[in-house]
Amino acid sequence: MLSLFKFKGGVKPQTNKTQSVSEPIAVAPLPSRLFVPLHQSIGGTPQPLVQAGDHVLKGQMIGAADGWISSAVHAPTSGSVRAVAEHIAAHPSGLTTLSVEIEPDGKDEWGERTPIDHGAMAPETVRERLREAGVVGLGGAVFPTHGKLTASKTVPMEELVINGAECEPFITCDDLLMRERAEEVIRGVGIFRDLLQPKRVLIGIEDNKPEAVAALQAAVAKLGEHFEVVAVPTRYPAGGAKQLIRVLTGKEVPAAKRSTDLGVQCFNVATAWTAWRAVAHGEPVVSRIVTLTGNVEKPRNWEALIGTPLAEFVKLGAPKADTNGYLMGGPMMGFEMPAMDAPLVKATNCIIAGSPTLFPPKAPEMPCIRCGECAKVCPHELQPFEMYWFSRAHNFGKTQEYHIFDCIECGCCSFVCPSRIPLVQYFRFAKSEIWAREKEKNAADQAKARFEWKTAREEREKAEKAEKLAKAAAAQAAKKAAEAAAAAVAPAGNEPPPAGEPAPTGAPSTNAASANASPVAVAVTANDAAPLDAEAAKKAAIAAALERARAQRAAVAPKNTDHLTAAQAREIAAVDALRQQTGLEAAPPADNGETKP
Amino acid sequence: MITAIAIMALGAVVLGALLGYASIKFKVEGDPLVEKIEAILPQTQCGQCGYPGCRPYAEAINKGEADINLCPPGGMEGVQRLADLLGREVKPLDAEEKPKAVAFIDEQTCIGCTLCIQACPVDAIIGAAKQMHTIVADLCTGCELCVPPCPVECISMPVIGENLDNWKWKYPVIELKKVA
Amino acid sequence: MEFTTSPYLLKNASVQRVMLQVLAALLPGIAAYVWVFGSIILLQLVIATVTALLAEAAMLKLREKPLGLFLSDGSAIVTAWLIALTFPPLSPWWLIVTGTLFAIVIAKHLYGGLGQNPFNPAMVAFAACIVSFPALMSQWPAVGLQVSVADQARVVFGLLPRLDAISGATPLDTLKTALKLDEGSISVTQLLADQTVYGFFAGRGWEWVTGGYLLGGLFLLWRGLISWHAPTAFIAGLSLFSGALWLYNPAQFANPMFHLFSGGAMLGAWFIVTDPVSGCTTMKGKLIFGFAAGALAYLIRVFGGYPDGVAFAVLLMNICVPIIDHYTQPAIFGMKDRS
Repeated sequence: MLSLFKFKGGVKPQTNKTQSVSEPIAVAPLPSRLFVPLHQSIGGTPQPLVQAGDHVLKGQMIGAADGWISSAVHAPTSGSVRAVAEHIAAHPSGLTTLSVEIEPDGKDEWGERTPIDHGAMAPETVRERLREAGVVGLGGAVFPTHGKLTASKTVPMEELVINGAECEPFITCDDLLMRERAEEVIRGVGIFRDLLQPKRVLIGIEDNKPEAVAALQAAVAKLGEHFEVVAVPTRYPAGGAKQLIRVLTGKEVPAAKRSTDLGVQCFNVATAWTAWRAVAHGEPVVSRIVTLTGNVEKPRNWEALIGTPLAEFVKLGAPKADTNGYLMGGPMMGFEMPAMDAPLVKATNCIIAGSPTLFPPKAPEMPCIRCGECAKVCPHELQPFEMYWFSRAHNFGKTQEYHIFDCIECGCCSFVCPSRIPLVQYFRFAKSEIWAREKEKNAADQAKARFEWKTAREEREKAEKAEKLAKAAAAQAAKKAAEAAAAAVAPAGNEPPPAGEPAPTGAPSTNAASANASPVAVAVTANDAAPLDAEAAKKAAIAAALERARAQRAAVAPKNTDHLTAAQAREIAAVDALRQQTGLEAAPPADNGETKP
Repeated sequence: MITAIAIMALGAVVLGALLGYASIKFKVEGDPLVEKIEAILPQTQCGQCGYPGCRPYAEAINKGEADINLCPPGGMEGVQRLADLLGREVKPLDAEEKPKAVAFIDEQTCIGCTLCIQACPVDAIIGAAKQMHTIVADLCTGCELCVPPCPVECISMPVIGENLDNWKWKYPVIELKKVA
Repeated sequence: MEFTTSPYLLKNASVQRVMLQVLAALLPGIAAYVWVFGSIILLQLVIATVTALLAEAAMLKLREKPLGLFLSDGSAIVTAWLIALTFPPLSPWWLIVTGTLFAIVIAKHLYGGLGQNPFNPAMVAFAACIVSFPALMSQWPAVGLQVSVADQARVVFGLLPRLDAISGATPLDTLKTALKLDEGSISVTQLLADQTVYGFFAGRGWEWVTGGYLLGGLFLLWRGLISWHAPTAFIAGLSLFSGALWLYNPAQFANPMFHLFSGGAMLGAWFIVTDPVSGCTTMKGKLIFGFAAGALAYLIRVFGGYPDGVAFAVLLMNICVPIIDHYTQPAIFGMKDRS
C-alpha cells in the first residue's frame, strides 16, 4: 500500500455532498439559446470562425485556438449563429466577453467526427488533436491540457497524478463521473500516460467517495492497467493540484516551478474523460457535468451544454423561493454569477443556489488580532495575516516578500478568521494590483525605449542630412573648381602652352596665368563652357546622391523584415494577400515565402 | 590653549581631507535622483507638463524648476509617489485626470499625410505617404500628440474601458459604521 | 446575495468567542484566588471591568468607531481581569481605575485599538503602577486574613485606614527582603521551610492560585486558542535559569518550583506571553519570545529592584517582537530544504 504524505493546514468545512449524489447524471434539455464565450481557457483568445447567419453543426469549431497555449471552442449543438458579439461573462466582474450566440435547431446534429488511434500517432499529433478539441483542465483552472502533456526535457517523469479528490463542499460532478463513467476516465488517463510516460500513475480520491474509489478500481482491474487508485484523507483543500501531489508523492511544487520540473504532472478526472472522448470519438468539449445544488428542490448533476444561460439551467433544479443568488464553483473558491443570462462555461463545475440561511451575510470585519489561525490552516504555510497587513496598506512589495504569489486563494484563512477579515479578497486585490503595475511598468519601459530610439533616429537623420548637404556643397565647390580648371585647360589645349610653363592644376592662379597668355580667347571659352559644364555636374551629383540614397535604402530597409516571428510573418502575409486582392500591389515580395499559399 | 587649538585645527584638516577624498573616491556618476524621478513618470512623452518628454521633466523636477503635479497621465498616484520620493508636499494635479485612452485613426478619413507618424513620440503609428495609417494600440501611450497635426481630424482618443484583461479585484470595503 | 467574494462559508469563529474562552479559562484561577485571599477580588474585578468598558466606550466614541461591535468583543474585559488579578487585592479603588485607564486609553487605543497595541496593555498598566506606587503595589493581604469582606471593601474605598496587619509583602518579596537583610546568614532552604509564609512549595495559598491559572492555560491549549510554544518556552526559561542558580547555590537561590508557582509566573506563562497581539506570531518566534521572557522574569525577580519581573520581562520582549518575527519566518510550501 502506498504511504501517504501530509500537507500542512487545511480545514474541514461541512461537505454538503450527499444532497446531489442520490440521482445519476442526467442530460440537460436543449436550452433556447446558447452563449458560447470564445475565451474559455487560460491563454490566447480564440478567433471567431463563424458569423451571424451561419449554420453550425454540433462540435463544429467556432473559435480557433490562438497561439499554442490556447484552446479551440466548438458549437455545443446544431443551429444557427445569431450573433458574434459581446455577452456577459461567467466572471465575478460582470463584464462582457466576445461570445457566439447560437439558436439551436433542435436536431442536435453532429458534424463530422473523426476518431484517431492515439497509440499509432506521434505525440505531437495527439496534443494537436486535444488542442483542436478544446480539451482544458476541468477542475476549474481551465489550463489547456495539451500544454501540460509535455514532459520536462531534463527531469524524468516519475508520477502522473490524477485528481479525483473534489475537496470543495457541495460539488459532486467528478464523483458522479467517476462512478458512472469510470472506464472512460481510466482510458483517458491511459492517453495521458502514453504521452507523458511516467513511472507510476496515481489516482487520488478523497475517502468520502468510496463508490468512486471502488468504481475506478474496478475499471483499472478490468482494463488491466497498473494505476493506483488511492483514497486520501478528506480535508479541504486536498483537491488542490499541489496538495494532492504532496499527499500522493511527497513532492512540494513551489509557485515558481512547474510540476514537470519535479517529475510530476496532475490532471483532473473530468479532463481525462474529455480527452478520451476527443481522441477515441472525435468529440470536442461541448458539454460538461455540472452539479446543481444548494437551495434547490432537486439537487443533482446535469450534463449541460457549454453556453447554457444560467437562468435556463437553474430551472432544472427548481430553486427555492428565498434563493438570492447563484455561485459558480464551490463555496470556498467560487464566485457569484453576475447575471442570470451569464452562460455555463468549461470551468463551471458547480452551480450553488444561495440563500441567507445557507450563506449568512458576512459579519462585519474586525481588526486582526494576529491570532495566527490563518497561518495554522494555510496549506502553503504562508503568513496570511502579514500579507493582509501589507495588502491593506498597499505595500505590495512587502506582500511579495511574504510570497503572496504562492497563495492559491483556497480560502482557508478567511474561513477560520475570528475577525472575519476577507483575507482572500485582500490577496486578490494585491495580486491584481501588482500585475497591473507590472504591466504599466513594462509599457512605460517600452515607451521610453521607443522614444529614445525615435529621438536617436531623428538625430541621426538630421546629422546625415547635414553631412549630405555638406558633402553636396563640397562636391559642388569641387565641381566648380574642376569646371574652371577644365575651362582653363581647354583653351590651353587649343593653344599649347609655352614650354617651361607649369602644367595647369586647376587652380585659379593658373587660370589667371593662362588668361594672361590669351586673355580674349580664354574669356570667351570660359564664358561659353562654364554654365554647360556646371549643369552637367549638378545633374551628375544629383544622380550620384540618388544612387547613394538607393544603395543606403537597400542596405537599411530590409532590416526590420528580418527575424520575423511566425505571427508577424502571418500578419504580413495576410496584409499582402489583401493588397493583392484589391490590386494595390502586383505581386508579393519575393523574399517572403509565406505569402504563397 | 594653543595645543587645544592646534588639535582642533589638525582634526579639522584631517577630517576635511578625508571628506574630500571620499567625495572623489565615491563620486556617483550621473544623477540617480533623476533616474528615480523618471522611473515614476509614465513615459507617455506627451509633453503635457510643458517639457519635451519625461526625461526633461524629470530633470526639471530634480533641479527644482518644475512642480511635481504637472503630469496628467501619471495622475494623483504619480504626484503622491513623487512627493514620497522627494519629500515634498502632495499637491492636487495641475490638470484634469483623464482615463487612459489610446489613439484611433478613422481609416475612411485618413489621407495618408504622415503628419501623425512624425508626431508620434513612440513610433506607434504605421503607414506611408498616401497610404492609410493605423495605430499599434499596444504601443500607444495615449499622449494625444498625434491629434492636433492631423489635417482631416481623423484621430480620436477612445477611452480604454474596463475589460476582462485589465479588470482588477477591488479593495475590500470595510463598512463598520453601517453595522453599529 | 450580500456576499462579494469567496469563501462564502465561514467557520463559526469570532473575536468575541476567543475572548470569552480566555475569560472562562481565568475562572479556575479566580476561584482559587477567592478561596485563598477572600472574595474582595470579585469587587476589584468589577471595578476594573466597569472602568475598562467605560474607557473603551469613550475611546471608541472619540475615534468614531462602532461602539456595539467593539465593546462586545470582550478584549477590554480580558485586560481588566488581568489587571485586577495582578494588582494586590486590597489596592485602593483608584489604583485599579488608574491602571485600567492607563491600559485601555494609552496602551491600547493610543496605539490604534484592538489588534494594534505593541505592548500588552495589562502589563503596561502593571508596570506603570508599580513604578508610580511601589508601596501600594507590593502589599498583599496575609493568607487567611480575619477581616470581614465589608471591612476589606471599606479599605479598598479608603473608608478604613490601610493597616499593616492586613497586608504585607508577597512571598517572593518577603524572600527577597529577608535575603537582603540577612546578607547570607540565613539560607533560602531555612526560609522556605516556614510554611506559614511559603506553603508547601511556593508560597502559602499562591500555589493554589497559580495552579488555577495553569489549569486555565491547559484549557486554552486544549481549545486550540494558544499553541504550546510560548508557555512551554516561558516555563523552560524560568526553570532553567532558576534551576541553574539553585543548583549552584541552594542556600542563596530558591528552587524552580518556588519561582514557577509564585508571583505572576503562571498567569504570565498562560495568559500574558500567549497574547497574540503583542507576542510573536511564528512558532520559532514564540519559543524565543517565551524563553527570553521567562529568563528575564527570573533575572528581574532575583537581581532587580521589583518584587516580580514578569511584567517588565514581557514588555521588554514585546519590543523585540517585530525583529524576532522577521528573522523566524518559516519556510513556505515547496521552499523547504531546497537551498
